[in-house]
Amino acid sequence: MASRGRFTQRVLILLALVAAALFVVAAGATGQTETAAQEDESVPVSEQPVSTPRERSDATANHSEFEILQQDFATGPDLTAACLTCHTEAAKQMQATTHWTWDNHFGEGIGKTTQVNNFCIGIQSNEPRCTSCHTGYGWADNTFDFTIEENVDCVVCHDTTSTYKKFPTAAGHPAYEPTEFLGKTWEPPDLTLIAQNVGKTTRETCGSCHFYGGGGEGVKHGDLTKDLFDPPREIDVHMSADGADMTCSDCHRGNNHQINGSSVYMSASDEGGIDLPFDDGDRSTCQSCHGDTPMESRKLNEHADKVACQTCHIPKLARGESYTKAWWDWSTAGKFDANGDPITTFDEAGNVSYTTKKGDFVWERNYIPDYVWFNGIVNATIAGDPVVLNEDGVMELNAYAGSYDDEFSRIYPVKAFRGIQPIDGGNNTIALPHLFGKDDAAYWKSYDWNLALEAGMAVAGADYAAAEGVPYSGEVGWLETVFNEPATHMVAPAEDAVECGACHSRDSVIASIGGFYMPGRDGGAYDWLLWGLVALTLLIVLGHGVMRFASAKRRSS
Amino acid sequence: MAKHRVMIYGWFERLWHWLQALFIIILMVTGFETHSSYTLFGYETAVRIHEITARAFILLILLAIFWHVTTGEWRQYQPKGERSMVRQGQYYAFGIFKGEDHPYRKSELQKLNPMQKATYLGFKILIVPVMVFTGLIYMYYDWWTSVVPTIGLTILAAIHTIGAFALVIFLIIHVYMTTTGEKPATNITAMITGYEEIEEVPDVEPASV
Repeated sequence: MASRGRFTQRVLILLALVAAALFVVAAGATGQTETAAQEDESVPVSEQPVSTPRERSDATANHSEFEILQQDFATGPDLTAACLTCHTEAAKQMQATTHWTWDNHFGEGIGKTTQVNNFCIGIQSNEPRCTSCHTGYGWADNTFDFTIEENVDCVVCHDTTSTYKKFPTAAGHPAYEPTEFLGKTWEPPDLTLIAQNVGKTTRETCGSCHFYGGGGEGVKHGDLTKDLFDPPREIDVHMSADGADMTCSDCHRGNNHQINGSSVYMSASDEGGIDLPFDDGDRSTCQSCHGDTPMESRKLNEHADKVACQTCHIPKLARGESYTKAWWDWSTAGKFDANGDPITTFDEAGNVSYTTKKGDFVWERNYIPDYVWFNGIVNATIAGDPVVLNEDGVMELNAYAGSYDDEFSRIYPVKAFRGIQPIDGGNNTIALPHLFGKDDAAYWKSYDWNLALEAGMAVAGADYAAAEGVPYSGEVGWLETVFNEPATHMVAPAEDAVECGACHSRDSVIASIGGFYMPGRDGGAYDWLLWGLVALTLLIVLGHGVMRFASAKRRSS
Repeated sequence: MAKHRVMIYGWFERLWHWLQALFIIILMVTGFETHSSYTLFGYETAVRIHEITARAFILLILLAIFWHVTTGEWRQYQPKGERSMVRQGQYYAFGIFKGEDHPYRKSELQKLNPMQKATYLGFKILIVPVMVFTGLIYMYYDWWTSVVPTIGLTILAAIHTIGAFALVIFLIIHVYMTTTGEKPATNITAMITGYEEIEEVPDVEPASV
């Protein structure tokens, strides 16, 4: 296939050269040499500048002309009410998505609402801080009414002015008057201006939450950082202006506000191939555009039955300016300096390495991901689940399922985020601390883990809305955990893909991936014996030669 | 006794021999890189060269089989029996140090001594076929596994690797043995030019194969 393609390519190049030669001759004959035209022809199509979707205004409505948007909006919900007068179905659609429910990612009612991680552990009892990234207004605790349409936040996704910002601790609301947070004043956004300029989602709107997951820029995802607002080609070949110049929604498409692609309801393999003209319901995979056999060599295409595209094409995590958090030790939180003031320290790169509120951090950049067998199934842990250790003595909070024998599994790159977090030491179960709040039980108020866990566990539970609490022993314990984030963005240009030898070598980067024989990595166990036989042969041959030479000399003398 | 120059190895036989030598050495160099014994070309390039050379080698083998069959040269490899082997072995172990003559004379009809016959026969019907078949299954492993159940890659790779080491050992002994002719370069010269000085043996009948 590949060689035939190359042959066709050569024939085409030959034809093109002949055509070009004829063109030059013809142009020369008429006395008009169009050098510029020739130069244009020599530029491959892929390198010619293309107009980007964002440059083309294909909107059929100018929102600044709508009468209902000529008003001062006091609150976000007031603005949404205006949107809904025309977009009557939009809020209903949104309320059926995980962007709204933060739930049921797993089809069993488990989602962001109740799942536990090793960043800020869980949202239960901490809602107002966490829901500053909810596509809604007012989710302050588990009594939030998910059916009120005006509480859908339209403009967090559809703002085009870059001026809309949700306040960090206001349960999804923006600041409505100048408000201070961590020494910085947040000005209220001009909701009228924003409403009159709504448009399609952009990298900025998606990135305003997704690049800031885990409480800060680059914290949660090594492949989603602010570098992706305007990445150079080598960081993201799809999103770079020098690459395909794509936006998030070019891959994460969907109808009825249902966006494709989720980090907890994933597909590691996409047998459906190219999604046009028939959408297989899984449109944000590599295969959706590139098909099943995009590589030039047969051998590389054959790898795709066991290796995800991402494994070779995302050589390292956090390849831009931003660092991503790699380690978080909650157990060291709560220290104060001699004056009784909270401590903040920074590492050499200027990243926060310790805060009294959160403990110790390690930040990494441009580092090799971990690799796991993954079939798309992500397991979840919730408060009250028993501690289960893996062979390294660490608990995998969202263990990725998969194995060599499973046809849907691929070797997949992940950011394995590690840390030490508080647990219920008495019951040896996963616990959920109440971190944020103005009450004394909040850890960030009183720095008392026991109070924080007691308060967190009191409102934790598998059924978010009806949570009646989870038993807590009153004894704080500590547990090292790991939480996987898939590495699927920041796809590098083909020339920067992982070299074959990175895996096919004795010190393979996928040394831990078992269940099969891999050339170059395995099979060296008896090399010493075989090379020994080679050495023995050499010795015998040399000895024989020396004896022949010596005996011949003796005979001749 | 009188000597005269005789064409021992025809043009195809020489071409076949040296191409085979070239291919085996390329396969060896790239194969051991694939086995992570060292880094030379880089894994991807090594594999690519290995696969291309393997295909070329298989083509050469097919031509050589045709040549062996049509010329009847395959008879050169018919074993001569244990006693002759022992005699040849004794010569390499003892006689060669005493300046004795080779126990078997070379002629157009008998190019190979008994040990060579056995070794090359083993090379032709055991090592090469095993390397070709394990190599082909290895190369198209994904296709094979989707069509017929094959032995696991672990065993396949182990056999192919052991074969490779056997070839290294063969190469060392083979190169050394070429120096055991009348003069150290006699045999290798014959394989290059095709001609060898051969003692006239009056009772040998003209070749009619």
